[in-house]
Amino acid sequence: MTNALEIRDLVKTYPVRNAFGRVSGQVRAVDGVSFTIPAGGVYGLAGESGSGKSTIARMIMGLTAPDQGDILIDGVSILGQQDRGRVQMVFQNPGASLNPRRTVGQSVLVPLAAHGFAGDRKARIGDLLDMVQLPRNFADRYPHELSGGQKQRVAIARALAVSPRLLVLDEPTSALDVSVQARVIDLLEDLGRQLGLTYLFISHDLSLMRNFAQTVGILYLGKIVETGPVAPVFEHPQHDYTRLLLASVPVISAEEAAMRPVIPLINGEMPTAEDLMALRAGLNAKEPAR
Amino acid sequence: MTSLLSVQGLSVSFTTYGRTAEVLKGVSLDVPQGAQVALVGESGSGKSVTMKAIMGLLPQPPARIHAGRIMFDGRDLLTLPERERVALRGTAMSMVFQDPMSSLNPVWTIEDQLSTILKYADRRLGRDRDRRGRRARVIEVLSQVRMRDPERVAGSFPIMLSGGMRQRVLIAMALLSEPRLLIADEPGTALDVTTQAQILKLLRDLVEAQGLALLMITHNLGVVRETSNYVYVMNKGEIVEEGPTADLFAAPRQQYTRDLIAAVPRLTGRVAT
Repeated sequence: MTNALEIRDLVKTYPVRNAFGRVSGQVRAVDGVSFTIPAGGVYGLAGESGSGKSTIARMIMGLTAPDQGDILIDGVSILGQQDRGRVQMVFQNPGASLNPRRTVGQSVLVPLAAHGFAGDRKARIGDLLDMVQLPRNFADRYPHELSGGQKQRVAIARALAVSPRLLVLDEPTSALDVSVQARVIDLLEDLGRQLGLTYLFISHDLSLMRNFAQTVGILYLGKIVETGPVAPVFEHPQHDYTRLLLASVPVISAEEAAMRPVIPLINGEMPTAEDLMALRAGLNAKEPAR
Repeated sequence: MTSLLSVQGLSVSFTTYGRTAEVLKGVSLDVPQGAQVALVGESGSGKSVTMKAIMGLLPQPPARIHAGRIMFDGRDLLTLPERERVALRGTAMSMVFQDPMSSLNPVWTIEDQLSTILKYADRRLGRDRDRRGRRARVIEVLSQVRMRDPERVAGSFPIMLSGGMRQRVLIAMALLSEPRLLIADEPGTALDVTTQAQILKLLRDLVEAQGLALLMITHNLGVVRETSNYVYVMNKGEIVEEGPTADLFAAPRQQYTRDLIAAVPRLTGRVAT
């Protein structure tokens, strides 16, 4: 089976500048990340702020050039390629990612026009709205007339407009209420099955990831520290950072609470990731590196 | 048991552009002395309006409170003279705000901000405390929120602190005047999950150690379970269900609550519904 997406040893560094603008060092935002997603699969990338998950998404989208490594879609490297139609992205905040002065139809039309769609545009927009289970007459509405869930459906329709193979979902539901989130996730699952889509799902919500992804990669400071099918990673986490993340999730039932790893408290407090790593490394946990 | 805070039949409407919307329809809730209570609801349920009404922060107009009482410590806040109302706010009851970046003044040091708040709180309460006394109290609350180096944090500007540390400063701010009731508006939602876990644990420990009453306002059912032992579920301006947190989560009676709980993804994977 071919992999819809293959990431090989991706590296991206950013210069660190001092107050005078001189380069005083560099930070490795993404530090040798490799993973593959089989066609039709859902890969979850979990990590906190600064872990590099958005940088990876930007590199896959071609918005940032990697320093090293390769990105292959259906076995073909996309680095340096102009046509990005096979990868599309759904952003976190649908309120900000839709142009308030364009109607829904106009927004959905943008990628169609950009990729030189030759068929009946109006019919295509209608079909896309059907796909995301919105009424066809929504094409004439403006984003402010829609609820958060409806806006995110429009963003999904826009991403689907050019029939991509891979969707990068960057926290697609974190701005939504939990009941709306559940419906958007159901929709994404249905679309994935119908259209044979492959998803890269980026999120910090581990409970959601457990339910939506098949394989998960835990990202910490630019490196994947643990990866595997969701069930074993969640039930028997090996890496300390994974254990800390899981222990931190607020849960709603005793079964879930029992599943969370027990983390040693430092001075009666939940440790930070740095502290926990330092503790494991045998360093003095009271003096963290930062 | 007597309640420290008791909201009784609170109805609030908003009038904008000549149209009136009923936002709260007879909301009643109780926070007993030293209890940890959560108010949970989705966007637009009215939980923030309830919180603002309790704190006396509702802009009137457009808001209008047309029925109900808000009893705090046996006195109705809605009929209290403005002077006494103001004296309570930020002292006997105080708020932990959600967004650490927009709740702190970027050009003042933490100590300046906290001691100024303390100065005015003292003035409202007719307390006398000199500069040195205020500084001592600021350092004291910063160590209560487990800042590793309170002296250094006191001299820092907000930008020098991480998100988690800023959230701690906001908790310290709320503790300054030894309140009896803390109202927390989604603390930690802007933070990473590991930092949020620390903040919730800290709040829980503080509330227990100091015997404070906590009213936690949130949309996150997980946060409800972590921080409260009694919960009110709110939808469309009404309390639809209430009960001890564990019982309500185990056996929700109302369809709305059932649907809400069913919509939460589980760490254990799919649950059969």
